[in-house]
Amino acid sequence: MTMQADAASAPFAAHRAVPTEAEIEAKARARLKARRALVISLRIAILVAVLGIWEIGALTGFIDPFFFASPSGIAEQIWVWMTEGTSQGPLWVQILVTLEETILGFFIGAVGGIVCGIVLGRNKLLADVFSIYIKIANSIPRVVLGSIFIIALGLGMASKVALAVVMVFFVVFANAFQGVREADRAMIANAQILGASPFQITTSVIIPSAMSWILASLHVSFGFALVGAVVGEFLGAKQGVGLLIATAQGAFNANGVFAAMIILAVVALVMEFLITLVENHLVKWRPVPYSEQN
Amino acid sequence: MSLQTLDPARPAVIPGAMAAAGLGPAIELDNVTRRFLTPDGKSMTALRDFNMSVDRGEFACVVGPTGCGKSTTLNLVTGLAKPSAGEVRVMGQPVNGIHKDVGFVFQADALFPWRSVLDNVAAGPLYRGLPKSVAYDKARDWIARVGLARFESHYPHQLSGGMRKRVALAQTFINEPKILLMDEPFSALDVQTRTNMQDELLSLWSGSGASVVFVTHDLEEAVALADKVYVLTAGPATVKSVYTIDLPRPRVMAEIRYDAAFVERCRTIWDDLREEVQIGQQRTLDTGH
Repeated sequence: MTMQADAASAPFAAHRAVPTEAEIEAKARARLKARRALVISLRIAILVAVLGIWEIGALTGFIDPFFFASPSGIAEQIWVWMTEGTSQGPLWVQILVTLEETILGFFIGAVGGIVCGIVLGRNKLLADVFSIYIKIANSIPRVVLGSIFIIALGLGMASKVALAVVMVFFVVFANAFQGVREADRAMIANAQILGASPFQITTSVIIPSAMSWILASLHVSFGFALVGAVVGEFLGAKQGVGLLIATAQGAFNANGVFAAMIILAVVALVMEFLITLVENHLVKWRPVPYSEQN
Repeated sequence: MSLQTLDPARPAVIPGAMAAAGLGPAIELDNVTRRFLTPDGKSMTALRDFNMSVDRGEFACVVGPTGCGKSTTLNLVTGLAKPSAGEVRVMGQPVNGIHKDVGFVFQADALFPWRSVLDNVAAGPLYRGLPKSVAYDKARDWIARVGLARFESHYPHQLSGGMRKRVALAQTFINEPKILLMDEPFSALDVQTRTNMQDELLSLWSGSGASVVFVTHDLEEAVALADKVYVLTAGPATVKSVYTIDLPRPRVMAEIRYDAAFVERCRTIWDDLREEVQIGQQRTLDTGH
């Protein structure tokens, strides 16, 4: 019976040679490569187009560079800051000051949020009692507290760190709390029956299962910490990128505002990358999401 | 070949095939009632006047209609749930908290996804305070026994459903439980894998001398595995009848289902169970939940 089939398909076989496994794979790889190249070139094209239109608009007067700056002006400003320093001293000192405030606030807020989230998540009574206050505190626009901190803690680093802590704490707390609450019941029962004490359950089941939630919140809250530090500097400071923005604003220097913004964005991206590295290390047990597999 | 139907009001005491002489039953549920309070404050009875007795080394299966309260019986034995009335005894002692001789295999995946196979299996001994080296040696031994020696450093998500169940069995057996509770452990597996796992379970159990309570909705699984099958009524559950299965051991799952005596047992018990399944289904349709 196979003979018949072979004989029937023989004339066609000559026309369409059956590709081998290696050929199929090579084709698929080439397709993937072409697609990646397309995505990257489209990204570059969009960047060039946006900056190009902005620059041309500024040159032709369609966009007033006095109010809305221009790409070349921003680049020049960054260059000046880098080579000649800012009015407040070298640029890297400003970045370092802001970064220090951000990281300190981020750590204190994150650790506090994680600890409080786990304690409240594990204790039903505390959770029921405090949930209302947390909700109230969370609904207050916390940036406003910056003014209080400046009054109470002065123009130094403490007031900015305090504002960053407040910005970070509630986000991390809410996520840690939720993560603890969502820990799988069967998994907890399993640990209990295997012989785990309540403390062992917290450390070996509750915290790891809340970890995904906590790490997700760390991504968001680093941005909040940066906002806290910059707004704090904005409200009153002796150094920092926030002060740089405030000074530029006072001098109607739009290029300076945008330049500081770009510096902050670069700092945020670098830190985001570092957090992702830490995250990948902590949750290496997690299955690779489907979208990243190919 | 004795086929017994007991009065459910009387504690069922049938000497099991491997019951150790001179010792009392491993597990006793004595006129147990268990009520739940639903969130809207209504009380729901899951178990009513429930009597059950499992001898040392005996394999008991519990079958009953869906949602009748089969799993509740296991939670009572672990101490994770307390009886509203009556008494639960393990090894002659009233249950008070989690007994260290109890092992539990869950229906759902209860492995810790952030731990490798080795760390998962070693969890029990580590929780119980064994030195690390001892715990890991023991874990390697049990992983080899369930045939996963090459997968020690894999994470659960990298394993198939059947392999994860093997890890769960090793994780439970490593604590050398004298009482093994299983809540529909193989219900999520495909038929071939399930048959393999049933054989695996019987071979692990035959060397352990543990008493087993195995909850399932699959009657053939119950008859194939058990010394004794408890048929429960539609909820609130109480024991409808108890059957002794005296098919010879060791049993091979792939073959036993074609055994005439096995088929006969299944038919007899199914006649009994079917009534309750119909009552359960009708009630679901009537009440809408």
